[in-house]
Amino acid sequence: MVAMPDLLPALPELFLACAGMLLLMIGVFRGEGSLRLVSWLAVGALLVTGVLLVLGPTERTVTFSGLFVSDSFAVFAKLLVLTATALTIILSQRYLETEQLARFEYPVLLVFATLGMMGMISANDLIALYVGLELQSLSLYVIAAFKRDFAKSSEAGLKYFVLGALSSGMLLYGASLVYGFAGTTNFDALAALFAAGETPAVGVIVGMVFVAAGLAFKISAVPFHMWTPDVYEGAPTSVTAFFAVAPKIAAITLFIRVLVDPFGDLLAQWQQVIWFCAVASMILGSLAAIQQSNIKRLMAYSSIGHIGYALVGLAAGTEAGVRGVLIYMAIYLAMNVGTFAIILSMRVQGRMVEEIRDLSGLSKSHPMMALAMAIFMWSMAGVPPAAGFFGKFYVFMAAVDAGLIVLAVIGVITSVVSCYYYLRIIKVMYFDDLTEPLERPSRAASLVIAGTALFTFPVFFIFSNAILTGAATAAASLFQ
Amino acid sequence: MSNPLLIEYLPIIIFLAIAVGIASAMLIASLLVAKQNPDSEKLSAYECGFEPFADARSKFDVRFYLVAILFIIFDLEVAFLFPWAVALGDIGMFGFWSMMIFLGILTIGFIYEWKKGALEWE
Repeated sequence: MVAMPDLLPALPELFLACAGMLLLMIGVFRGEGSLRLVSWLAVGALLVTGVLLVLGPTERTVTFSGLFVSDSFAVFAKLLVLTATALTIILSQRYLETEQLARFEYPVLLVFATLGMMGMISANDLIALYVGLELQSLSLYVIAAFKRDFAKSSEAGLKYFVLGALSSGMLLYGASLVYGFAGTTNFDALAALFAAGETPAVGVIVGMVFVAAGLAFKISAVPFHMWTPDVYEGAPTSVTAFFAVAPKIAAITLFIRVLVDPFGDLLAQWQQVIWFCAVASMILGSLAAIQQSNIKRLMAYSSIGHIGYALVGLAAGTEAGVRGVLIYMAIYLAMNVGTFAIILSMRVQGRMVEEIRDLSGLSKSHPMMALAMAIFMWSMAGVPPAAGFFGKFYVFMAAVDAGLIVLAVIGVITSVVSCYYYLRIIKVMYFDDLTEPLERPSRAASLVIAGTALFTFPVFFIFSNAILTGAATAAASLFQ
Repeated sequence: MSNPLLIEYLPIIIFLAIAVGIASAMLIASLLVAKQNPDSEKLSAYECGFEPFADARSKFDVRFYLVAILFIIFDLEVAFLFPWAVALGDIGMFGFWSMMIFLGILTIGFIYEWKKGALEWE
């Protein structure tokens, strides 16, 4: 007889799964025109899931025969993911309605993708990791091609699917090697195995590198980034806004857990891989973005660069490094959601525009929006006193403390280079002549823009203590 | 390399080697030994002895794919049900309810498809 597992640690996930299925049923029985209702219900469900998370157990609990772990690290990352999804659903509504994409499946798919991400974050076994990753990816493939009558969107979906399948294949191959040579897929068992000081077999290391490569695809770290600009450009803008934030946060926390938890004692082996990915991502992110004229492509390269900075913290492999990555991702969330809220509001005479020059003269037609965009760009460039500076500060500090001084120096240099294209957007908004004024943003978008801009600067300073201690507790729970 | 776990996989390696060997031997031998004297009749596609009357890459109605996908889902469901039914005595209430939840989730998907009209041919 198999004993009933403890369901309490997985209560938020169970709730969200039931809510997702319920939303699907509500949508399909109400038929067309239920997007608004289903969207708000989805936001409500995500909110309740967040409350359940906060009220749930904070100490490390493992359930489902060691497949599922819940600790403060998971809670922190899940709260970020839930926030990102909820904000994206709110932002998407008007875009979907004006683009004739108002189908209720959209929020339902986002909820299922979020469920997969929560599964990834809480994975304590290579199999659980894969199941979560696939639930997320399958939902994302569908929403990338959501504008199915447009060739570009279908192409984005197909490209994402093919490359995603390739990365899943690499990850599974790595997992099979790890299992073949170590004899277990459980993270705790693997950690115990390597902690015993036994020299790991070459097969385990090759497997670990394959798993890392599969995950690097998901966070689009160089050299596994090729799909990002095309998918970001081709997918509907509201989908791009989602892609740029929530899956990135989930994948990088999964990356951290896999490398620090089971393979923590193989730091010497994976550090150089992460070091290379971080350097290559930072360089490519800052150089390739310079000549982009499409703002969605620009954001794709920008996100590649940001992942590079986040990987700097992971390369350190220390508690401070992980804390730095978590702070970075929290700030990244605010900056990116805000920027995409502005991109989603870029409409001229009833059609969407997505060239950088379409922003020219924004300071005259929409001074507040231009100011918010300027704050986001300053923050992404990492210029103090915007929040983005502190994100970079903590990861670079961790890298220096871990003796990775070259990495930190490269990071600072690329960060200076990337200032060029972030500041160019500010220049276009403030110093170029107004051509066609943008339409008024929707009320929801204005609220999100104002909120995230204020958070980026200056409200961040009020909450910085809460975020810092939250990230510190989360990182500590991973290293105990 | 005396890992007992890996030794168990030895027959698979041998099988792979033999399969690859025989297959490549046949391909390479026919390439080397046989007389190659192609003409246009020999190179044209073979279709039951007829002249090919249409391009093989024609478009299918997308509904065929839908039916195929539906079939796979319920086929897999049955594939799960068999071992579950056999092992039910050992896995107890937990195993029973796990399968019930799985079937419930599948049913929700099925209701969605039905309401969406995926099962109507015309």
